[in-house]
Amino acid sequence: MIRIILVLAYLLLAPFLGALLDGLDRIISARMQRRRGPSLFQPFYDLGKLFSKELITVNNVQLLLNMSYLVILMIAGAMLFAGADLLMVLFILSTADMFLIMAASSDSSPYANMGASREMLQMMAYEPLTLLVAVGFYLTTGSFHVGDIINAPVSAVVFMPGLLVGFMFTAAIKFRKSPFDLSTSHHAHQEMVKGLTTEMSGMTLAIMNIAEYYEKILLFGIFCLFFVNSTWWSWVAAIVVCGVIFFMETLWDNVSARVKWKTLLYSCWVVTLVAGGVNILILMLDK
Amino acid sequence: MNKVSKSPWLLHYDASSCNGCDIEVLDCLTPKYDIERFGIINTGDPFQADILLITGGINSQTERVVRQLYSQMPEPKVVVAVGICACTGGVFKECYNIKGGIDTVIPVDVYVPGCAARPESIIDGVVRALKVLDAKQAALKDSGR
Ligand code: SF4
Repeated sequence: MIRIILVLAYLLLAPFLGALLDGLDRIISARMQRRRGPSLFQPFYDLGKLFSKELITVNNVQLLLNMSYLVILMIAGAMLFAGADLLMVLFILSTADMFLIMAASSDSSPYANMGASREMLQMMAYEPLTLLVAVGFYLTTGSFHVGDIINAPVSAVVFMPGLLVGFMFTAAIKFRKSPFDLSTSHHAHQEMVKGLTTEMSGMTLAIMNIAEYYEKILLFGIFCLFFVNSTWWSWVAAIVVCGVIFFMETLWDNVSARVKWKTLLYSCWVVTLVAGGVNILILMLDK
Repeated sequence: MNKVSKSPWLLHYDASSCNGCDIEVLDCLTPKYDIERFGIINTGDPFQADILLITGGINSQTERVVRQLYSQMPEPKVVVAVGICACTGGVFKECYNIKGGIDTVIPVDVYVPGCAARPESIIDGVVRALKVLDAKQAALKDSGR
């Protein structure tokens, strides 16, 4: 019963929560730059506007591919909140990303195509660590099932702090934050026009934004997995820590400049190897 | 509901400006003027823009570009001509390669005079453009599109 409620809550509330977090992010960023910034509800205004604009379709598959991106992300998130297999959730998450890449490379804009290839590169950068995180959960709790992980007697973070650090590092890619916003950026930091989303407008772009909100909440859900155990207060702690992580990502976004793709790849792999690999090694020797 | 004017995204194009007006446009993004408080984003992508902000007059090389940018923007859209060059051609009006103001090529909704146009007047112009944007959206709705 509780699972059904959680899944329904995720499907219905995640876009709202994601949009609110986005609005908060923009206000915090503005304050860090000593500006006033937009209203908290700006992302909702943006979505409303995008849906009301004239629909310019560059081809007849882009909208469909973006829809698939949204739906597959919703499935991945729903599985996480239903307490299903974490490994499966992560695989579906990468599948969703493939649809976004296809949507971007379906049009003829060189900027969108460049964004698509950079997105693929980003996947190569974060994917190894994401898999190690799943393995880490297996080694600490003896199961890939989210339902089992959250009922462990001690929080997983005690055994896998290195993996948490690595996951925080690579999450900046997923959140499309500087210095890792190579394929398209969350704020209006222009380099190659809008990268991945260059030829998306109106409804197509709105759908992609909603999907990103689902993804954001899904990622925070995975962060929570590190902290939640069988006690009730661990849930409170997890949510507080998610708030801190959110703030740190925003801070990092504002103090760093975009890196080159080689730096992205190497730094992510070094962090994966050092923080993730060593952590896994210790866990394997310990068990 | 869903007023376009609540989240107007800008596209800034330099048609042949001396860069004086462009610097003032960028000034609007600084902490002092902070146009993001109106929900304005400087996007750089015509597909996602609602307001086309043009500086400088039209010359024979930029005419094609301006036409294309304008045609790539989805309706409703407005054009703001920033600086006297963009309004009429200004001091460059008599040059052999200058066609004149922006309105010789695409329809302009708001003219912001000045050389260079001050950030305050650019913001005023954009805010005035928002009203036009809402009117255009309402007109589109009435015509059933
Ligand atoms: S109006 Fe003045 S400052 Fe602006 S582009 Fe023309 S000459 Fe330059």
